[in-house]
Amino acid sequence: MNDAPRIRSWMLWLPLAAFAGFVVLVMVGLLRPADREVASAMIGKPLPPFDLRPAIPERPGLSRKDFAGGKPRLLNIFASWCIPCAVESSQLDALAKQGVEIDGIAIRDRREDVAAFLARNGNPFARIGADDVSAVQMAIGSSGVPETFVIDGRGVIRYQHIGEIRAGQVPLILRKLKEAEQ
Amino acid sequence: MKRLLLLVMLMLAAPIAAQDTMPPAPYAYRQLDDPAKEARAQALMETLRCLRCQSQSIADSDAPMAGDMRSQVRERIAAGEDPEAIRAWLVERYGDYVSYAPRVTALTWPLFALPVVLLLLAAVLLRRRFGGAEAGENGA
Repeated sequence: MNDAPRIRSWMLWLPLAAFAGFVVLVMVGLLRPADREVASAMIGKPLPPFDLRPAIPERPGLSRKDFAGGKPRLLNIFASWCIPCAVESSQLDALAKQGVEIDGIAIRDRREDVAAFLARNGNPFARIGADDVSAVQMAIGSSGVPETFVIDGRGVIRYQHIGEIRAGQVPLILRKLKEAEQ
Repeated sequence: MKRLLLLVMLMLAAPIAAQDTMPPAPYAYRQLDDPAKEARAQALMETLRCLRCQSQSIADSDAPMAGDMRSQVRERIAAGEDPEAIRAWLVERYGDYVSYAPRVTALTWPLFALPVVLLLLAAVLLRRRFGGAEAGENGA
């Protein structure tokens, strides 16, 4: 009879403690900066089959078969209407100058717009496919532009870089390409 | 007058928003001819998340990519594919994130188990309180 009230007074605080814990959980969720990037779940999986028409007459189109050459390549998802895509062009040029082979996929883009974009920002691409209905973009789990994928010599997706490649991130891309050689 | 001029200029100004000028995909804004198939497509599209505008479904969104996703959903349903197979195809690419339909997984099962646990706990507590009081009265 003496023990019962003591346990009860301790138990009395449990709901408040549980509520406080809940408030903390909600506050942490609210105050943490939102992560709006949607990572592809296709890392480690082979590229799906696709065959895209050339986005500009000066470069061939792009198909799944182009990614079986035994050497890792970059696959850059871009668009002429995408502002950060212009920002990363000098980084792509730097990568191309170091011997990295880069293929592009232009998302929802007109031939003349792509040509003007490349005339303005340089053309580091070996091939450029035109994806008019975002079909290949969806098939590889990309959710925006620009995104850059490292594809190994057998056509397996090894790494996804979301957003533009900034000047300081060129070594990171080179390292991921090196890792994809294994 | 200056204000009016400014207003007119604003109305004529083209937005510099990052949007393409391509026409929408074939079935982005066009329903399927078969109402039964369109209903199935609509039900699925309402439970798929727009990746560019993350609090909207692709059925609600005017983002070009949502239009492309709608077109792909409708084309696949028209070709006879099962809606859940299309959902699985998208989840395989974007993770559970792309789907609004909850799934029981190793990560989410507590969300489903917790209400049951709380209900059981409440039942036990209430039984002890009222059942116990009766027993106490009887005992006293």
